[in-house]
Amino acid sequence: MLDYRIAVNKMRTVQIVSVKEETLKVKSFIFTDKLCANAQPGQFVMVWIPGLDEVPMSLSFLNPNASQATITVERVGEATTVLHKMKARDTIGVRGPFGNSYAITKARNVMLVGGGTGLASLAPLTERLAKAETKVTFLMGAKTQEDLLFLDRINQLLSGVKSRIIATTEDGSYGVRGLVTEPAEKMLSQDERFDMIYTCGPEQMMYKTLLLAEKFDVPFQASLERFMRCAIGLCGTCVIGKYRVCQDGPVFSGKQLREVKDEFGHFRRGFDGRKTVLS
Amino acid sequence: MSNRLAVEIAGLRLSNPTMLAAGILGLSAATLREAVKNGAGAVVTKSVGLKPRSGYANPAVVQVNCGLLNAMGLPNPSAKYFAEEIRELKKNGVGAPIIASVFGFTAEEFAKAASILTRAGADAVELNVSCPHVEKTGSEIGQDPTLVSEVVKQVKGAVDKQVMVKLTPNVANIVETAEAGAKAGADAVAAINTVRAMAIDIDTAQPILANKIGGLSGSAVKPIAIRCVYEIYEAVKVPVIGCGGVTNWRDAVEFMLAGASAVQIGTAIASEGLVVFKSVIRGIDSYIRKKGFRSVRDIVGLSHRR
Repeated sequence: MLDYRIAVNKMRTVQIVSVKEETLKVKSFIFTDKLCANAQPGQFVMVWIPGLDEVPMSLSFLNPNASQATITVERVGEATTVLHKMKARDTIGVRGPFGNSYAITKARNVMLVGGGTGLASLAPLTERLAKAETKVTFLMGAKTQEDLLFLDRINQLLSGVKSRIIATTEDGSYGVRGLVTEPAEKMLSQDERFDMIYTCGPEQMMYKTLLLAEKFDVPFQASLERFMRCAIGLCGTCVIGKYRVCQDGPVFSGKQLREVKDEFGHFRRGFDGRKTVLS
Repeated sequence: MSNRLAVEIAGLRLSNPTMLAAGILGLSAATLREAVKNGAGAVVTKSVGLKPRSGYANPAVVQVNCGLLNAMGLPNPSAKYFAEEIRELKKNGVGAPIIASVFGFTAEEFAKAASILTRAGADAVELNVSCPHVEKTGSEIGQDPTLVSEVVKQVKGAVDKQVMVKLTPNVANIVETAEAGAKAGADAVAAINTVRAMAIDIDTAQPILANKIGGLSGSAVKPIAIRCVYEIYEAVKVPVIGCGGVTNWRDAVEFMLAGASAVQIGTAIASEGLVVFKSVIRGIDSYIRKKGFRSVRDIVGLSHRR
């Protein structure tokens, strides 16, 4: 029975149903898989590009009714470049879903801070929050207008609930010029009381957001990214302090991240276990 | 719990007969400490060599029915780098013996890595002459009794701590390599490392592991490991440490009855979490009480009674 649990979400091949271009560098791949379709927001899968590599990816869209799930992938290296060339009916492998998920609490007024492809895991969370009629303030940042991910989707998801969406770009080509943490600080320092902050994106952005959450005493959850291999809590590749990102995370509370403050926002380990400073 | 569970293996004192197996977590002080906090009687580090290695590309691990297949490729930060993690553990205390798993491509490299890590504070070393998926080391050494003997002798000559040798089941007769290790001066033998194995995706007709061939662990290998421990126990005088598919206390007891003085736990952490140590320890304790033994030491090798 226990071994069955190790094997239950083992590698299987799935067919890509369709591919959607999101930005110049980002595509979404929709595939049919019941387990992934029923995953929770924040969970991830190991995606196998047959014969080449296997990489961890957040599930960016969950559609249990159609038994479909989606990964949203930025073209950054060899594996993702090959994946980007794939089309409908091509085959990929998936293992998972793995890890914990965002905790959806009784919070009624939440702030989401997303950067880059971090939006991938925040989007299915937003869907849940919208259904729960939570008031959502969504802050999303990117380098330029072209890199802003899921702007339309988030707009649409939040159209029926009390919400605000603020986009920032570093070059000012869309929305507010600057870093996404700047409007976050501004809003937190006003009178409005937020009762949860969710964040996913570049670690420096999440680190700054954690400092803001602590300063303004708001509960906090962040989804982390690390190199991964086994994804089931054994190999130690993805450890941050005493935590395994694949098993204890990828979503961590502010309190947990405070325990690993020497590492969070500062460095991560490479595949050989040595530390690399986060820039 | 009590002294009932304490064991001594080649001079190392363990509060209980469970150990974190090599290759599982074990590349950072924080995760090793976490294993001890969860009850491990000793911890074995990930295998460390002289130079940093990133290991193989992914997939490096794939779940199969009743077990796990891996070909990590001995990723490690180098003995010199890892020595810092050991120093940190020793400085702030860890509460259980730290056994450094080392590998090398020659006997000299084994000895150098062992020496660096014992000087940093490791309480013992375990020689990885059994990794089944990296050329010119691991089981390529461990399949040859002469090479096993040479590695053990070199390491014994270089360190003043206990030396254990972890054996590969991928041999015709594991007793030969166990005897070679013991005769060369190994203070204990651990058996077994993973069993050479493979998985192919039938849809794409591709081997799944990037390295194609890897090592099988978990429940699937337990009967093989029990047989190996049983045979080794008959043949050598030094303590035997059992490893391979320990998922619950019954498995641990079975290993001890076969002749293991302690057991190593690895793959089960994926399904059970680190609490597996506590549940195994509790289970062993209630077994020995129910059966009327005074100590866990009394059940070691009991199945050999004629």
